[in-house]
Amino acid sequence: MTKQLIWLRKNLFSTWYNSILTVICLVLLFWVVRGLLIWATTQAQWAVIQVNLRLFLVGRYPQNEYWRIWIVLAIASILGAITAGVFLGTQRLTRRIVSIFAVIFGLLIIVFPVDLISRLWLFLIAALLIPGYWLGAKLTKLVSPWLSLIWLLSFPVILWLIGGGFGLQSVSSNLWNGLLLTLLMAAVSIVLSFPIGILLALGRTSNLPVIRWFSIFYIEIIRGVPLIGILFLAQVMLPLFLSSDVRLDRVLRAIAGLVLFSAAYMAENIRGGLQNVSRGQVEAAKALGLNTPFLVILIVLPQALRAVIPAIVGQFIGLFKDTSLLSLVGLVELTGIARSILAQPQFIGRYPEVYLFIGLIYWVFCYSMSLASRRLERQLNNN
Amino acid sequence: MTKPPFWRDQRFWYIAGQLIAVFVVAIVVTILLSNLSRNLQQLGLQFGFDFLNQQASFDIGETVVSYQPSDTYSRALWVGLVNSLRIAITGIILTTIVGVFAGVARLSDNWLVRNIALIYVEIFRNTPLLLQLLFWYFAVFLTFPKTENKISIWGLVGFSQNGIQLPWFTLSPEFSTLLLGLTLYTGAFITEIVRGGIQSVSRGQWEAARSLGLKPVLIMRLVIFPQALRVIIPPLTSQYLNLTKNSSLAIAVGYPDLYFVASTTFNQTGKAVEVMLLLTLTYLILSLTISLVMNWFNRTVQIKER
Repeated sequence: MTKQLIWLRKNLFSTWYNSILTVICLVLLFWVVRGLLIWATTQAQWAVIQVNLRLFLVGRYPQNEYWRIWIVLAIASILGAITAGVFLGTQRLTRRIVSIFAVIFGLLIIVFPVDLISRLWLFLIAALLIPGYWLGAKLTKLVSPWLSLIWLLSFPVILWLIGGGFGLQSVSSNLWNGLLLTLLMAAVSIVLSFPIGILLALGRTSNLPVIRWFSIFYIEIIRGVPLIGILFLAQVMLPLFLSSDVRLDRVLRAIAGLVLFSAAYMAENIRGGLQNVSRGQVEAAKALGLNTPFLVILIVLPQALRAVIPAIVGQFIGLFKDTSLLSLVGLVELTGIARSILAQPQFIGRYPEVYLFIGLIYWVFCYSMSLASRRLERQLNNN
Repeated sequence: MTKPPFWRDQRFWYIAGQLIAVFVVAIVVTILLSNLSRNLQQLGLQFGFDFLNQQASFDIGETVVSYQPSDTYSRALWVGLVNSLRIAITGIILTTIVGVFAGVARLSDNWLVRNIALIYVEIFRNTPLLLQLLFWYFAVFLTFPKTENKISIWGLVGFSQNGIQLPWFTLSPEFSTLLLGLTLYTGAFITEIVRGGIQSVSRGQWEAARSLGLKPVLIMRLVIFPQALRVIIPPLTSQYLNLTKNSSLAIAVGYPDLYFVASTTFNQTGKAVEVMLLLTLTYLILSLTISLVMNWFNRTVQIKER
């Protein structure tokens, strides 16, 4: 018997009910895949994607300012590559992953219906990834302590590039649409909710009853309410709670809502990390004579946060998906732009194509993040 | 020996820290509330729940309890709550079935079954629920044929633009979409929880059960699953809570749940604060009830120690 036959026997036809299951699954698979293929090749009209690709990615962002978006993408990619280099540089498997990435990137550059300039930019960014990764892998010791700081510092730069001002032509936040807005909202919200989450988690584990009860009250209320309710609160009620000369635009209000929401969940994640720090650490620090603020900042938090990095990545994935709800309160992020594209008279009824396409975008981002998080978890466990 | 300064004293900070916290919160709340009352005054709105007794005068597409547009807002909100409960309860039951089924399939010794379950999980977990709902509604349910030539499976279940027809009743397309979307989305998360739970039972238990001569199905039911439940229930509870909260996405497909009715009420009356308070309170009670029930259930499956 050949190897394949043994494998088939062992994995698909080991018992009579396994054989039946295999046959049922095969029939089902055949039926679904055939249906999908027939639909995708004969009935679907992919022109809706081709024509509107720009809208999906950056919406109505002014075309002669696209170079700013490209620079943002370049910064994020290089930082991402450096980070990947720092965390994965020591592992062997990377060559295969690099080649997979190269193939995907190559396909993107060739297949995507974009103009020559975009292709050049894509190529440039792809070329920058390699030295970035190399830098991270070779100079791990030098780079790694500064990594989070570099990311944090890149943030205002990215915001400035997108929004303008200070010498750049300013672009109103109404024009930040599509995938750009989705990514921006998720990133801004997670970054802003982080410090609030730490404070709430410390508050919830504090031995001062009043502070503890305030924190518990906030966390449990927010976690009990659906996100759409909180977004509604932020859009409609936030202006009511603020003095009438403060005017927040739609995007800022949405960020406020997401941060209020995300901070409560972040606090619970970080609390898990705080409980993970052994008592001995705290006692040792106290024996050294550290007072409470130093004890928390120097001893407890670094250990606690390290333990919850995977959980935070998980939350980021959740938040990334949740930004789709912003389309219900009038923001034109990825799902919102899909709705407006579907409202164009020549593309009426092209729901499956559009939703499958943006579904694919969401999926690629979420899946790669969850892969990264799984790897990170293994890495942290090994150390 | 000199007395250390008072700010070095823990007891001082114990009191002072709390006083400061109360003070800061009080100031923030006062500012927010005074802004609110000033803004409401400018808008000519008055805080109060009198509107609940006014005539709602909007129609609700789908009701379990009787309702007419001439009924009051409180009746309308009650109808919304019943609709929410309906979706939450059926959703929780169905998603548990899907999750347990797929979770066991994830560990099947059949390669094909195992990987189909994996693909299911990875697809549904990594895309937004809202998008899935929009997809089911606009790309699937609304493209079904008219009732006259519905797609029928052995004459038992019919699919048409009017929803899912079962022999004894019909589910509206909105309800079906929401139920299908919530079930498959939450089911993907429960799948992983169930898989983790089953894997947490030590191999020795499998071997012991097998050596007693139990069949695989019985091993699962009598030995493995009861032990896995201890690990499964806490995260399962939070998935049930998520499902209940996520049912508020009904507004995207037009199923009149609590949030849908509440937002219509707000649009007609402008009573943002009151409606939001009611909504928050109701969802909190719902969440609390689920937590309590599941915690009670959790206690019954934990190992009893003396």
